[in-house]
Amino acid sequence: MKRRNFTKKAIVYTLLILGSVIMLFPFIWMVSTSFKPPSEVYGLKLIADNPTFNNYRKIIEGTLFTKWFLNSFIVAVITTVSVALFDTLVGYIIAKFNFFGKQVIFLFILSSLMIPTEMLIIPWYLMSADLGWVDTYWGVMFPGVISAFGIFLMKQFMESIPDDLLDAARIDGMNEFSIFFKVAIPQVFPALSALCIFTFLGNWNAYLWPLIVIETAEMRTLPVGLAFFSGENQTYWELVMAGATIAVIPLIIVFLIFQRHIIKGITLTGLK
Amino acid sequence: MESTKAEISPPIKLKPKKRSRFTLKQQKYIFVYTCLLIPLLFFIVIRFLPTLYTFNIGFHEWDILSNDKPFVGMDNYVNLFHDEVFRKSLYNTMIYVVLGVIGQLICGLGIALLLQRINKFVGFFRAIYFIPYVTSIVAVSWVFKWILMNNGIVNDILLKLGFEAQLFLKSPDQAIYIIILTMIWQGLGFQMIIFLAGLENIPKMFYEAAEIDGANGWKKFIHITIPLLNPTIVFSAVIGSISFLQTFTQVQNMTLGGPLNSTKSVVLYIYELAFQHFEMGAASAATVILFLIILIITIFQMKFLTKKFEY
Repeated sequence: MKRRNFTKKAIVYTLLILGSVIMLFPFIWMVSTSFKPPSEVYGLKLIADNPTFNNYRKIIEGTLFTKWFLNSFIVAVITTVSVALFDTLVGYIIAKFNFFGKQVIFLFILSSLMIPTEMLIIPWYLMSADLGWVDTYWGVMFPGVISAFGIFLMKQFMESIPDDLLDAARIDGMNEFSIFFKVAIPQVFPALSALCIFTFLGNWNAYLWPLIVIETAEMRTLPVGLAFFSGENQTYWELVMAGATIAVIPLIIVFLIFQRHIIKGITLTGLK
Repeated sequence: MESTKAEISPPIKLKPKKRSRFTLKQQKYIFVYTCLLIPLLFFIVIRFLPTLYTFNIGFHEWDILSNDKPFVGMDNYVNLFHDEVFRKSLYNTMIYVVLGVIGQLICGLGIALLLQRINKFVGFFRAIYFIPYVTSIVAVSWVFKWILMNNGIVNDILLKLGFEAQLFLKSPDQAIYIIILTMIWQGLGFQMIIFLAGLENIPKMFYEAAEIDGANGWKKFIHITIPLLNPTIVFSAVIGSISFLQTFTQVQNMTLGGPLNSTKSVVLYIYELAFQHFEMGAASAATVILFLIILIITIFQMKFLTKKFEY
C-alpha cells in the first residue's frame, strides 16, 4: 500500500515538473536569446559561447525603449491611484449609505460591465480626435480611470464593515471624508491592494486602446513600442528578445512580491 | 507647572463642536451625492453615450475622411454577412472560443487536481503555472513567434528527434491552433486558481462517505468532484468565452490574421476595418454583433450562476 502511494506521488510530481518546464521554457529561451551575439542567434545552445550585454545596450541606447517604459509606468500608476480612490469611495457609499436612487445607480454601474471595450473604441477615438486627446497621456488613460468591476468588488468588502464602527466615528465628530479614509479604508486594505495590483498589471499590459490612440513613437507605451519595434526589426531576434525580457521581467518580480495578494484576489473575486 | 500637568494627563477636549449648518442626515446626503457626481458622469460620458453612438454610427456609411456620412439603415449589417472575410473571422473566433475554453478548462482543472494531491512545493508550482498570466501578451507573442520560426528552436528539436520541420505560424492549417495553444498557455494560471478554490470548497465528508462505499478515484471524480464543481466550471467557461471572443493581441502580433485570413479574429477584423480602411460604419456594426454575442453569454451566466447549488 505504501509503495503504491509512493509511485502515485512520483507520477504526480513528474507531471507537474513536466508542465513547469513547458510553462517556463519560452521565458528561458527568451532570456537565453537576449544574451546571444548576432552570430549565435540561431544556435541550439542555451548559453552562448560569447554571451553579451550588447543587445540590451543597443535597445536602450538606440531606441526609445526607456521612454516607453516610463510612459507605461506613468499611465499605470496614475490609473491605479485613480481607480483605487474612486472605486473604494463609490463602493463604500453604495455599501454603507441609504439614499434615493441607490439601486438604480448600482445597477447602472454594473450594467456597464456588459459593454465590451471593442464596442467603444470607435466613439472613443472620434471623441479623442475632437478634443485633442490623441497622443496624450490622458488619451491613453481616460477609459480606465474608474472601473465598474472594482466598484463591485469594493462594495462587497465594504459591506462587511460594522455600521456601529462608522456611527461611533460620527458621534466622535469625524466628518464623512475622515471616516472614509481613516475608518473604512483600513478595514478593506487586503481587497484594496488586490484591486491595485490588478489595475496596475492590466494597464501596464494594455494594448488595443493604446495602439489606437497613440500616434508618435515617443508616446508609445511598452507593449505598443514592443509591437512596432519587433515589426520594424523582424530579423534581429536577439534585440526583440532583449526587449521582451525588459517588458516581462519587472512583471514577474512584481508578481513574486505580491503573489499572495494576487492569488487571494482572484479567489475572492472569482467566487463572490 | 500647569503645562507638565497637561502633559501627564491630556485633557479630554469637550469644547463645543463647530455646529454645521446641516443636520447629520443632510450632511450624509451631501457627502453621498458629491462623491457620486464624478463617477456617474464618467459612466455616462465614457461608457453609455459612446455605446449609443456606436449603434448610431453602425447605421451610417461613416468614412472618417469624408464629411458626408449618409444614413444607410441595416446596409452595414447586410454587407458584413455577405463579406467572406467577416464570415471567416466569425468562424475563426468560434474556433478560438470553443477550443480555447475546452483546453483551458481541462488543463486548469488537471493542474489543480494534481496540486491538490501534493503537500510540498505547492506554492512553488502554483507560482510557475501562474507567471505567464501576469506577463505582457505582446512580449509573449513575439517569444512564441521566435520559438516557432522556420529555423527556430522547436523545429530544431523536431529535426533532432527525427520529425519533419513544421511551418507552424506560416501554415494556414496550423497557425490558428498554435495561437490557441499560446492563449491556453498564458491563461491557464487563472483557471487553475479558480479551480483550486472551487475544489477546496467541496466538503471532505463526501469523499470520506464515498470511500466507505468503496468508490475508486475515477468514480469519486465523476460523481462528486464534477457535479459539485459545476458552478466553478460554468464561471470559468463564461469568463473564458468572453476573453477568447476578444482575441486580438496574439493574432495581431503573431500572424496579422494570415496566412490567408486563417487566424483573423472578429476584433482584428474590426480594427482593420476601422483604423486601416477607415470604414467606421461597418466596423461599428461589427462591434454591435460582437456585443450581442457577449450579452447573450452574460445573460446565460447570470441565469446559471444565480441559481443556488444544492448539496
